[in-house]
Amino acid sequence: MSWVGRSIRRVEDPTLLRGVGMFVGDIGGAAAVRFVRSPVASGLIRAVRGPAYTIEDLDADGVGNIEAVLHRPDYVRLAQPLLARERVRYVGEPVAVVVGDTAAEAEDLAEQVELDIEPLPAAVGIDGALAPGAPLVHPDESDSNVMVAGEMATPGLAEALDRAHAVVDLEIVSGRQAALPLEARGSHAVTERFGGRTTLHASIQAPHMVRTVICDLLGMPEADLRVVAPDVGGAFGQKLPLAREDAIVVWLSRRLGRPVAWIEDRSENLMASWHSREQRYRLRAGFDAEAHLESLQADVVANVGAWPCYPITWGVEPLMALAELPGPYTPEHYGVRSRGVASHTCPMSPYRGVSRPAITLALERLMDIAAPRLGLDPVEIRRRNLQSDFPHTSPTGLRHDEGTYREAMELAVRHVDLGAFRSRQHVARAAGGPQPGIGICTFSERTGYGTPAFAARAMGVTPGYENVELSMDPSGYVTVRIGASPHGQGLETALSQIVADEVGTDPGRVRVVASDTDRTPYGWGSFASRAMVLAGGATYLAAQQLATKLGSLAAEALEAAADDIVLADGRATVAGTSVGVDIAELARIAHHHTQRLPAGATPGLSVQAGYDPAGTFSNACHVAEVDVDPDTGGVSVRRFVVVEDAGRLINPMIVDGQIRGGVVQGIANALLEEIVYDEDGNILTTSLMDYLPPTVAEIPDIEILHLETLSDATVTGAKGVGEGGTIGAPAAVLNAVNDALAHLGVELNEMPATPERVRAAVRSATGTPAGPTN
Amino acid sequence: MTEISPADEAVPVVLRVNGTDRRIAAEPRRTLADALREDCGLTGTHLGCEHGVCGACTVLLDGEPVRSCLLFAVQAQGAEIRTVEGLADDDGTLHPLQEAFWRHHGLQCGFCTPGFLMLSAGVLETRPDIGDEELREALSSNLCRCTGYQTIVEAVRSVRDAAGA
Ligand code: FES
Ligand code: FES
Repeated sequence: MSWVGRSIRRVEDPTLLRGVGMFVGDIGGAAAVRFVRSPVASGLIRAVRGPAYTIEDLDADGVGNIEAVLHRPDYVRLAQPLLARERVRYVGEPVAVVVGDTAAEAEDLAEQVELDIEPLPAAVGIDGALAPGAPLVHPDESDSNVMVAGEMATPGLAEALDRAHAVVDLEIVSGRQAALPLEARGSHAVTERFGGRTTLHASIQAPHMVRTVICDLLGMPEADLRVVAPDVGGAFGQKLPLAREDAIVVWLSRRLGRPVAWIEDRSENLMASWHSREQRYRLRAGFDAEAHLESLQADVVANVGAWPCYPITWGVEPLMALAELPGPYTPEHYGVRSRGVASHTCPMSPYRGVSRPAITLALERLMDIAAPRLGLDPVEIRRRNLQSDFPHTSPTGLRHDEGTYREAMELAVRHVDLGAFRSRQHVARAAGGPQPGIGICTFSERTGYGTPAFAARAMGVTPGYENVELSMDPSGYVTVRIGASPHGQGLETALSQIVADEVGTDPGRVRVVASDTDRTPYGWGSFASRAMVLAGGATYLAAQQLATKLGSLAAEALEAAADDIVLADGRATVAGTSVGVDIAELARIAHHHTQRLPAGATPGLSVQAGYDPAGTFSNACHVAEVDVDPDTGGVSVRRFVVVEDAGRLINPMIVDGQIRGGVVQGIANALLEEIVYDEDGNILTTSLMDYLPPTVAEIPDIEILHLETLSDATVTGAKGVGEGGTIGAPAAVLNAVNDALAHLGVELNEMPATPERVRAAVRSATGTPAGPTN
Repeated sequence: MTEISPADEAVPVVLRVNGTDRRIAAEPRRTLADALREDCGLTGTHLGCEHGVCGACTVLLDGEPVRSCLLFAVQAQGAEIRTVEGLADDDGTLHPLQEAFWRHHGLQCGFCTPGFLMLSAGVLETRPDIGDEELREALSSNLCRCTGYQTIVEAVRSVRDAAGA
């Protein structure tokens, strides 16, 4: 029986359950670092007084600037200092740094630091940043706030829109949100007194990349910096880019010759870690008489904040929108302008799904709005438009491998029993009070892409591949060293299942080593729903090599043909016989009796493999049922169904966990969570009293059904699944809210759909006065 | 009249944690969470917000779940404090709740887990036959960003049901 496909318990869990995990804040024994941050959105730094280090100290030490680069003519290149130089550009930007013996002392020292800043007008929000004469965020480098502007159009778009049977215009807006890992960021650095080698423990997603950029900044060889991501308390993209703070922690530990640690507090995390998702999409869509989406034109703006993020840059949101907007649909004509606009707000990093939640919201609102105008229901219009010929090449050249777009929707609709829901809805309409609504969302999730996809972005550094080193030790246990950096996804468990199948052992005899640059091959870490596909693929290839080695050892020992050897249950046997040898015995031979190896064979049992695929598309259909109270604007999610096709499921329990967690973040994105700035650029949401992640009270159980299309685009047949939940849920929920209020003529295309926004939409549709009526 | 020591002067404090007396010196402003983590070396109690919302710091104080980031160490003197490190048996056998969280995949990154374990231990010990609705309500006082909660609820329900069976 194979281990792949089984929901075995996670090897990661016992440590965490006992409370003996090691998160950055648990290391201790270090002086406390605290950053002094800008209290204003924009201003000129006149002086910094007090017991603090500033950019002058970094400059004097020759510390470099961060350069997050895309090689494209429309991209504004910047050199970002590790602490603010001359100007501050957002509330929370680090200006100075203090070191105290204890956290309390560091806090006291920080309070003694006086920032003399001359405030300047700030550009806040998309419109504020684009307005003529808007304050410029980088006036020396650019005479506008547009930092990246991608544009493309297929020939004949305008004519296609002109001759369309029906044209639908639509604007959707996504509010600014934060990934909000429950453990905020943090880092801890120790420099050896002799030799001067530094070890950085940091709560991050990509340790090798962080080592490279910090060494570049500090002008040190990478061999002298070890970067470890210990247990990481959630990340969701927020811990992917280089944190300026982490580089400074390394610099301080080397300069002061003492261990130092920075543990971010929650208000810093909400104010000055990374934000995401503030976007606006304007679509014009042309449908033919059969309701096929024939032409699609889009204008996309992403508010990307004050600085780019390294290495992904601030092109990540707008350019993903440009490349992936057609989604699961097949418009023949497509044109788009997509801009990243700087503002005096916190910088952006990719957050679970990146632009796809907003892309999907735009497309799925489009389908629901177009359907009645074309005399169809939401299911039928999708049925006519979803991809069904594979591989499908999108207007931007993306190759979609085989998926189950229509099948997933049909199954979801059957599962929820749409007909029964409509009868209930009919009754509720007559009765008044809270109104039920149902929303469908179909989407594709681009996952598991390697170097080819990143190379197309023309980044200053091109991520992509993953390497794996795999060895069996003399006791017959397998160690898998990976460049990916799991932090809660259960990758160690899933990889051990793959290895166990290939080399005929038990997952309990497999150890995965990750997240430590001293002990793992160079790799790109865990992000973009890639680890299972890439690290999993490389592990699979390496395990096959190891199996081949074991097979030839066994053939030698058993005097059989290598092709006849079967590895299973810890034994190598000659097929069809009971003649065999323990795999552990073969491991002994390979290390301790190498005189018995075939001539020319390398001693030991070590192999390595890399994997670098072009990418694959998972797909899913989400259906949300909500109740909306038109009087209060309150929305509650009653039911949520997911039909997911993520290819082969290595560990179904872990896959479902990824989907559930993602859906819940997506529901929160749709209804609750929003980072708010006032018009001067002051941030108003700096605690969990103002920024509202959901509790179990706001969340229904998530029903999950699977389809399993084995991808030919990956060696394991698995597709990525980390982000899908968050991508689909906002559109499903917003469609459901709109469906609930359709009889009132409400159209609400902005997330989060807070009670205020729902009430405003009801008021503007019905002309009723402000305020609850009950 | 009691002598009030200045807030930044350490005073001797005895904390009874998982059945053992811990003698520490703590400033009156030191939170119970910091005292457990830094003075007692019990870092299983996590800090997710330090303002009383997330519940990652939940410990049991005389059997009641409390947010240790909102209490001062001196306030916990004389009480029985229980933390995640005290849940498993001395021989290492996992507590039924730990087993259930493992079996039901009630954790991903594990950062919220100690808080949820202590919260549910407190709830089930004081209300062993708590109903489904009330249980959901009780568990809504803590935040998890990874699991979507469903598997946490299932884990705790399974322990309740097994105890009642
Ligand atoms: S850390 Fe105590 S409630 Fe969040
Ligand atoms: S498991 Fe990560 S916060 Fe709950």
